[in-house]
Amino acid sequence: MTEAYDTLIIGAGMSGLAAGIRLAYYDQSVAILERHKTIGGLNSFYRAGGRDYDVGLHAVTNFTPKGAKKGPLSRLLRQLRFQWEDFALAPQQQSRIAFPGVDLAFSNDIRLLESEIARCFPHQVAAFANLRSQVLEYDDLDQAAFDISTRKVLGQIFSDPLLIEMLLCPLMWYGNARVHDMDWGQFCIMFRSIFLEGFARPIRGVRLILKHLVKKFRSLGGQLLLRHGVKEIVSEQGRAVGVILDDGREIQAKRILSSAGWVETQRMMGQTDEVVDEETGQLTFIETITTLNCQPAKLGLSDTIVFYNDSDRFDWRPPHHDLCDLRTGVVCSPNNYQYDDHEQLSDGIIRITSIANFDRWSSLSEADYRREKMVWYDRSSDSAVRFVPEFRHHAIDTDMFTPKTIRRFTWHDNGAVYGAPKKRLDGRTQLENVFICGTDQGFVGIIGAIISGISIANQYCLK
Amino acid sequence: MAPEEIREVIIEILGDIAPDEDLGSLDDAVAFREQLELDSMDFLDIVMELRKRYRVQIPEDEYVQLASMRSTVSYLTPKMSEVAK
Ligand SMILES: Cc1cc2nc3c(=O)[nH]c(=O)nc-3n(C[C@H](O)[C@H](O)[C@H](O)COP(=O)(O)OP(=O)(O)OC[C@H]3O[C@@H](n4cnc5c(N)ncnc54)[C@H](O)[C@@H]3O)c2cc1C
Repeated sequence: MTEAYDTLIIGAGMSGLAAGIRLAYYDQSVAILERHKTIGGLNSFYRAGGRDYDVGLHAVTNFTPKGAKKGPLSRLLRQLRFQWEDFALAPQQQSRIAFPGVDLAFSNDIRLLESEIARCFPHQVAAFANLRSQVLEYDDLDQAAFDISTRKVLGQIFSDPLLIEMLLCPLMWYGNARVHDMDWGQFCIMFRSIFLEGFARPIRGVRLILKHLVKKFRSLGGQLLLRHGVKEIVSEQGRAVGVILDDGREIQAKRILSSAGWVETQRMMGQTDEVVDEETGQLTFIETITTLNCQPAKLGLSDTIVFYNDSDRFDWRPPHHDLCDLRTGVVCSPNNYQYDDHEQLSDGIIRITSIANFDRWSSLSEADYRREKMVWYDRSSDSAVRFVPEFRHHAIDTDMFTPKTIRRFTWHDNGAVYGAPKKRLDGRTQLENVFICGTDQGFVGIIGAIISGISIANQYCLK
Repeated sequence: MAPEEIREVIIEILGDIAPDEDLGSLDDAVAFREQLELDSMDFLDIVMELRKRYRVQIPEDEYVQLASMRSTVSYLTPKMSEVAK
């Protein structure tokens, strides 16, 4: 057996790669073990039918312009020694929260949302200012305030319930692992990252970000081992000593950082499901991707992202009786960013996300699965075109993934995109040298996961 | 290394950690935190860079010594007297 690694990282998603860079940069021997044949995890990329696709990327959140010294984006660029230009982020045009009869536009400048609230909810202007200052005061590291009920806080601030639902809609869509309500800490993080900072995207999509992460990790001497699934974490007297891979090989390590999820990591440490007895995440999605023969703006769609909901109540929960719930959804057009020099994606693209039920999707027979995908492609498009222009007559290609796809390529229970409802902010486990990072530690999204990987690596593997 | 050289080293490290900061007008007597946008992650990097570049070990409970340029240089002077630039 070879010498033990200083740190083994489980998972080559955003958080694992970021943690790996930190450790390799400070001269640790570190390997990232990834079960899949490629990197990226929940935000990977693929090629199908001669076209490049991103798995997840609608928007990189937390956008701040070059030169900004505050905020997660500038912090992670500094920590990973990247230049602002490396991520080539182009800001969004404008996005929209669409409810029956009311639309609130917002952009990377909070003043637009403020003026929209003044227009549609004139009596809530002061309340919104109050919310904004409470969000700014929230201390990220305060575990006690993290899991208080957001619906309760908002109910005390606003008198108009419709505005509460409209504000919750985009923030829950982009980062809430809980059903119906949201942790106050998560709400504050998402409010800042979406309303106070903003959306952006590299023209080449998520592969550009991943390419930079991997290149840096490798150039610092880190080892990326694909098709290396971890079956078991081996421990002796409360300390991990290494892992056993799916193929039975063993690798030794002084410590382990897992981005595979809390329950998933518990299983690797030998806990049976009854012992873990922890709520797993339930919120998962289908997403349709339609390639158009023209730019979406030609069809009258120039919004970057539209978050829609077809009633006055926003119901954030997985559907029980059907494969999907189409009352709410997200429409994203990657074309609608302010790319440099008026560069543009050659094809028009429209992505539509809807809430789905993991169990129902994964218990379908192969033939039913294929048929249901077609059925729900049509239904989710039908639902979306109530809020955006019809686009299907310009479609030249379509693709779609389901909760089953997410589970197949990331091994997250239930294909849960934002992980378990209960977050583990301190990153610790019952073994003194095993830590978790990424989605279940508490920070979701691309930027959130990267920050999580950095901070857990700093806290437990460097000091 | 003499105190003046240590100061240069710190400036170099700060320049790598926070490339967008203007370090020319740094006041040595005032805390870094009050003049630069440095958070605890960046402070960890000062420590880690000193370890990486010069093998200087700084225990966690002494990180507070790195509050300002002046306190940093006087704290590091005995630790780095034998270190070659
Ligand atoms: C459809 C969709 C759309 C999204 N859109 C956006 C967006 O627009 N903007 C945004 O910011 N975020 C978005 N996200 C969320 C974002 O992708 C995730 O929050 C982030 O990528 C999570 O990174 P992570 O490192 O925590 O986890 P993961 O990416 O899940 O990384 C974990 C890795 O561990 C690997 N693994 C699991 N088990 C094992 C094992 N036993 N052995 C070895 N390896 C293992 C997995 O294969 C995976 O690669 C989206 C996600 C999805 C699914």
